[in-house]
Amino acid sequence: MDQALWFASRGTGLVSLILLTATVVLGAQHADRTAGTRWPRFTVHAVHRNLSMLALAFLAVHIGTAIADSYVGITVLDAFVPFVSAYKPFYLGLGAIALDLMLAVIITSAVRTRVPLRVWQWVHRAAYGLWPIALVHGIGAGGKDASLLWVQAVNVLCVAAVVVTVWRRLANRRRSGAVTQAIRVPRQHNRSRVEAGAR
Amino acid sequence: MTLVTGSMLASDVLASGPISTITPLHETPIPHAEVVRLLAAWTDDGRADNFREHEKRYGRLPVVGTSGGVGRHLLIDSVRRAGLRGRGGAGFPTADKLSAVAATKGQAVVVANGCEGDATSSKDHTLLQLAPHLVLDGIALAAYALSADDTILCLHSGSPALESVRAAIAERRDPVRVTVVEVPHRYTASESSALVNFLTTGQALPTTGPRAAVRGVNGRPTLVDNVETLAHLALIARYGDEWYREAGTAESSGSTLLTVGGAVTWPGVYEVELGIPISDALELAGGESESLQAVAIGGLGGTWVPMSVAAELPLTHEGCAELGISLGVASLVALPVQACGIAETARVLGYLADQSAGQCGPCMFGLPAVAADLADLAAGRRDRELLGRLCKRLGVIPGRGACSHPDAAVRFAASALRTFADDARAHAKGHPCEWAQQPSWTPLPEGVTA
Amino acid sequence: MSRYSGPSLAIDPITCTAHGLCAELLPEVVELDEWGYPILIDGPVPPALRAQARAAATACPTLALKLSRG
Repeated sequence: MDQALWFASRGTGLVSLILLTATVVLGAQHADRTAGTRWPRFTVHAVHRNLSMLALAFLAVHIGTAIADSYVGITVLDAFVPFVSAYKPFYLGLGAIALDLMLAVIITSAVRTRVPLRVWQWVHRAAYGLWPIALVHGIGAGGKDASLLWVQAVNVLCVAAVVVTVWRRLANRRRSGAVTQAIRVPRQHNRSRVEAGAR
Repeated sequence: MTLVTGSMLASDVLASGPISTITPLHETPIPHAEVVRLLAAWTDDGRADNFREHEKRYGRLPVVGTSGGVGRHLLIDSVRRAGLRGRGGAGFPTADKLSAVAATKGQAVVVANGCEGDATSSKDHTLLQLAPHLVLDGIALAAYALSADDTILCLHSGSPALESVRAAIAERRDPVRVTVVEVPHRYTASESSALVNFLTTGQALPTTGPRAAVRGVNGRPTLVDNVETLAHLALIARYGDEWYREAGTAESSGSTLLTVGGAVTWPGVYEVELGIPISDALELAGGESESLQAVAIGGLGGTWVPMSVAAELPLTHEGCAELGISLGVASLVALPVQACGIAETARVLGYLADQSAGQCGPCMFGLPAVAADLADLAAGRRDRELLGRLCKRLGVIPGRGACSHPDAAVRFAASALRTFADDARAHAKGHPCEWAQQPSWTPLPEGVTA
Repeated sequence: MSRYSGPSLAIDPITCTAHGLCAELLPEVVELDEWGYPILIDGPVPPALRAQARAAATACPTLALKLSRG
């Protein structure tokens, strides 16, 4: 039984990582308007949201089975508070951090219209931080499984997907900045006139 | 100190009558007074009064310091009975504005707007140079009425009135000292929400959100009034509302400073009674210097009106409303027959598009598109779709910006297409008129190219 | 304004940066101009579309679209 729980935990952990990767990729695409996508914008938005919910569901199973498995003695507290567990405190701690951030992202998004936009934006940007933390947690806490060839392949693919996505997002941000400056009236006009006291 | 209400202080300076001699004070504009109220000092001596002369001419300011709540209400009531309306372009009843600020909890701020962003109007900086103490009186009175502890006078940086204003402030001992603030020289910067935003955050950009009366400078209830409005306030406080109503009409009472420009003999700033027809105003300015086809009323965001209609149009809010237009900032630009209304409008729209604050899509993209269309039309580019496309754009832009800048620009453009309809059609067929390349009659700030 | 007609949509023109989600979700109520910015029809949201309108307001990337409580 314990073996089954342990496998379930590891399996759902890997699936969670894949789902999280897909969520981040779609999220970046949604935010980046100049990326031409065949999907309508709201579809990207909706799929992004649904994938995050699915990831959360798999995460719940991943954490639940890890706690239920009596072999390593992980408690409920260890899932939320980083670095206090008896088993692999560092890597499990990373997992706890990733979970906390993810909950923050999901909760602020649920009450998005009631939270100041800037707060929501900064918490949401934490997703770019929580993803690598989750990845490292997976590699570190996975133990022997992490050295399996197919697990390594999955990790590499996930990293590649996020790197490509973020790189494209940054490149597009620079490009769209130049384009919008050419056709829009530059806003900094007002600032520079205040500073220079120009006529 | 007692508040004078309802009774008039007789003064021979306040007798009205036309002025036959004109002493040029500046290169342009030249002020004249048909009704002598605000420009009394200039009429008498050709220059502004110093503080002592000012008090001698108009009498001491009736309300200064703390006289309790009753005096404040009396003042606002007096303003209400006088029917004073804002002179900044919106024509909003001043008493309502004062009441709105007074009703909001918190320490009030008084902001006097002397920025005068519209290049067709010169009345504000003229007033500030020729009667700064009247404006400062108005500010002091507003501060008294609202128990404000902060009074700010805003001018565009580099305004010719800066020196005169600073000198006048130095002579006074008001309970609240007026702070002079220089505002960036941008058309949208002098819009009232932009002004409040500038004073609060340093960014001269219009905002959406509560009105200044409710939440203004630093979140405090703020009165934003044009400097001319405050000058009128200073006279109402002294001579009462009945005196004030001796000039003007029932709905548009009092006198106003009017800038007359374009093809007239003596372009300049005139103090006139509200209600005179435009033809009279043009006569005051020495009449047309050449045969006229149309008049632009209300500044760069105003309306072109053909001469046939404009001649009899009374300069009142209600008279203009009847025609479906707004009086706006009191300025007239007389366009001669030998000029191209389309080209004038194209140039103005190019300027207005450039002056967008760049915050709202319909304005920052729509106005340049309209300006480009008008430029093509003025050049006589043959394009069967141009007029249709232009009209569609003009229909889509208004009401979708944070301030009224795009609405005003569209209004100006649309009125040109109506008033110069024949020209527009001819231009669109590829036959521009011969005067399209002439220098412009409509004033625009220096450094703006066609 | 109409007291009997329920919530209506409004757009903050400064915050709106023309992402266009609202027009995708509510084509009956929101049309995009040639520059990608939304044009709202006048009046309250038809009752059948209220859920969609709420979804659009929550989904707006800059929270420029707001559904009034009506």
